[in-house]
Amino acid sequence: MKIRIFPTIVFILFVIIFILFFKGLKNSNIYVPKANINKEIPSFKAKLFESSEEISSEEIFKEDKFYLMNIWSSWCVPCREEHNFLENLSTEKNLDLIGLNYKDDNESAKNFLKKLGNPYDIIFLDPKGIIAIDWGAYGVPETYLIKNNMIVKKIIGPLNKNLVLEIKEIIR
Amino acid sequence: MRYLRYILLSFFLFNFNSSYAQQNDLEIKITKNLRCLVCQGQSVYDSDTEFANSLKILVRKKLDEGLSEKQIYIYLKDRYGEWILFDPEFGKNTYFLWLMPVLFFVIGGLVIFKLFIIRKN
Amino acid sequence: MASLIGFYSLVFGACSSLMIIFFSLKNFKNSEKLSQKIIPLTFLQFFLVFISFLGLIFSFVYSDFSNETVFNHSHTTKPLFYKISGTWGNHEGSLLLWLLVLTSFIFLFVLRSHKQPIQYRLLTIIFQEVIIIGFFVFLIKTSSPFNYLYPIPEEGLGLNPILQDPALAIHPPILYLGYVGTSIIFSSALSATSVNYISKEWAKHIKMWVLTSWFFLTLGILLGSIWAYYELGWGGFWFWDPVENVSLMPWFALTTLIHCILVLEKRSQLTSWAIILSITTFTLSMSGTFLVRSGILNSVHTFASDPERGLFILIFLFSLIFLSLFIFFFFHKHDNNKKNSFFLFSKETSILINNWFMMYFLSVVLVGTIYPIFLDVIASEKISIGPPFYHKLIVPFLIPFLLVMAIGPKLKWIKSDLLDKLNLIIFFAISVLLSIFIIKNLDVEFLTNSILLSFIFYLFFVTVRDFFIGRLNNLSQNIAHFGFSLFLLSIIFNNMLSTEVITNLKVGDTFQSEKFKIYFENLDQKKEKNFKSLIGKFVIENSEGDTQIMKPELRIYNQPNIVTSEAYIKTNLFSDKFMTMNYVQNQEYLNIRYQIKPLMIWIWISVVIIALGGLISVIKNNEN
Repeated sequence: MKIRIFPTIVFILFVIIFILFFKGLKNSNIYVPKANINKEIPSFKAKLFESSEEISSEEIFKEDKFYLMNIWSSWCVPCREEHNFLENLSTEKNLDLIGLNYKDDNESAKNFLKKLGNPYDIIFLDPKGIIAIDWGAYGVPETYLIKNNMIVKKIIGPLNKNLVLEIKEIIR
Repeated sequence: MRYLRYILLSFFLFNFNSSYAQQNDLEIKITKNLRCLVCQGQSVYDSDTEFANSLKILVRKKLDEGLSEKQIYIYLKDRYGEWILFDPEFGKNTYFLWLMPVLFFVIGGLVIFKLFIIRKN
Repeated sequence: MASLIGFYSLVFGACSSLMIIFFSLKNFKNSEKLSQKIIPLTFLQFFLVFISFLGLIFSFVYSDFSNETVFNHSHTTKPLFYKISGTWGNHEGSLLLWLLVLTSFIFLFVLRSHKQPIQYRLLTIIFQEVIIIGFFVFLIKTSSPFNYLYPIPEEGLGLNPILQDPALAIHPPILYLGYVGTSIIFSSALSATSVNYISKEWAKHIKMWVLTSWFFLTLGILLGSIWAYYELGWGGFWFWDPVENVSLMPWFALTTLIHCILVLEKRSQLTSWAIILSITTFTLSMSGTFLVRSGILNSVHTFASDPERGLFILIFLFSLIFLSLFIFFFFHKHDNNKKNSFFLFSKETSILINNWFMMYFLSVVLVGTIYPIFLDVIASEKISIGPPFYHKLIVPFLIPFLLVMAIGPKLKWIKSDLLDKLNLIIFFAISVLLSIFIIKNLDVEFLTNSILLSFIFYLFFVTVRDFFIGRLNNLSQNIAHFGFSLFLLSIIFNNMLSTEVITNLKVGDTFQSEKFKIYFENLDQKKEKNFKSLIGKFVIENSEGDTQIMKPELRIYNQPNIVTSEAYIKTNLFSDKFMTMNYVQNQEYLNIRYQIKPLMIWIWISVVIIALGGLISVIKNNEN
């Protein structure tokens, strides 16, 4: 009897390991940080894009409406692709578009907006990328939907048609 | 008198230098323990991506503000999850991680001493 | 054309495998002597795979972009050497390499095993063919290197320039000779278990294969590390990255097996353990293949990931595992009369202790590599496991390990009085004093470093002394253990004495520190066949006034469009000077990293010495 127990245990152990690996295959291995949804937005100060005046986050997000904050740079290729969707969203009445210009050179950023259009109501600068980290972002582009100083939705990567529809649904 | 001023100045600089060196060591230690999220597998210290460089600046800033190593980790874990730390802290998720090899070692030792009766001369 | 031949050759190869199984089974029933058909068939099988492999090489060399693999991984402007090495630098091609080694090894096995029992030989062939057929199916169904593309593209997508390096070019073939070589050990162990042939004779016979496999695996891992050091630009050579761990684990198992086989050969004991180790080694190799190709792991250098392929390997792997478990539990007759009893002071015990520690090290690496996967499945939590984990768990255990490694070889089989006691104690005292003296003069953490260094020195002195006393019957072990002590010595000194400077410089800037000065003289541009390069000229002057010129490079490749940073490394016997240069977004200055790394080359040399120990044993055994 003793001889039979040990092999059975080993057998079951390997079956469990197999199942774990099998399930592991299904999971994506590209890590996406927790969505930070329903978290309060960070409090920060930044220089404005146009004027170099300083502005605080409280001033930017002060009203009781929806805000869409988009992290972008002139050197970021997917940002060009999503720009049309941003232009589309800028026409929404109860949504303000806020731009975070990430680690960018002012001249290039101005040219970028001149060529592709400026959908943002307010743009502020994050020359060192620290504010983006405070938001939990790690790349460009990333977009946050905000209401009442809380993060409602976080989008990693460029916007697309489906995401725009989702956003429009939420803000209605 | 002039010499005194120079001596004081160099004393200051020397101290500043050594405390700067210590701060630097801590900064290096922290950034080596942080995972660069946009590159697979590199530490923030080793990586040159935008994200890594911003993180380095952030760590520097937080250290200057007086945050401890642990507080900086909490700040980052809050935003990015456990994944950003290379050294898995001993918490409910990692009991088995640290214990399993040690358990293995102990079991191995027991097996050897039990199955292979070892006698002294 | 070459691809067409390659494809059909592969298909015919698969057919020949089926034939081999058929004739082996037939021969098994009437096994007075080996059927005449077996040897030619195994040769045919190998030859067909070889032709297939050649077909792929030619497709790469002639840039035949109608072949999907060539299209994905090559480019007309790629230098010839890298066109050829591109053959195995991708998923499909590397699997074909697996098949090549699998089939060549079984052919060699059949040739070299003529003194062995026939049933054992046939069964080994059958088990190996099971593995081979699995790979044929995997290759043809999910990862064919001969998929046809239409319309035929004009140009390929190009191989990653980081992979265009001589060390990396020969790293897979050498590594696979080791990795895949463990398949024979697996098949042989299963076969021997089934016919009750686990014995002294089997141990003697399989030893050659174990040593050969081990030799190539050691060198293969070394080449991978050298490549990482020279190419990846971080100045490190081991990152505990999952792909690296996956090559290290079979190495641990194989080293353990070498030691275990010694006991089996000399004393006919540890039979069950030898079988388990043989199974484990190949299982780890296969698991490694699974982990890096399925997309389940996150790493710097995984192959293109594909869960479908991952599923196939997973099922294949576990089928082999369950098969081996079945055979082990069903067929292995444990000789209960013979109790394995060892004296405390004996060579067997010290080998047993070695096995114990090696398995522990293996478990650390295994747990560290796989745990994140399991945690994600069970608790949906993602954590990272990096160097600190491995160092904390491995380094303390090195200390008793080194002690046993020094003393063990001096013990006799069965029972031994510890001769030489006085000398050993003296050496120990010298090691401790020397370590304390050295560490005290360095600005590093005292306790752990001095303890560790004492034991490393101890192994070093003992092995050196043994070498000069001239006990040549143990030469291979002596050299291998000496190599290991040298390896740890180089690493610990490299760790303690390395310095690094990171700074931002524009052309004309100077960086000044107490010990040296770096002057950024100029920036030069050059155009090569498939890239443009930016070369920075830096003049480094140390406190004695000696100058050195370092020229790190930034390369801008046209296909694929990426920028790589090429470290400039000046190597000599005493230390490496290591410098990299990187763009900083939107700034004129460049980020410069300068490292001084003492004894770097000794890390490589010591691993070669370890491998040499194995080679000597192979040669000696061959003479017998």
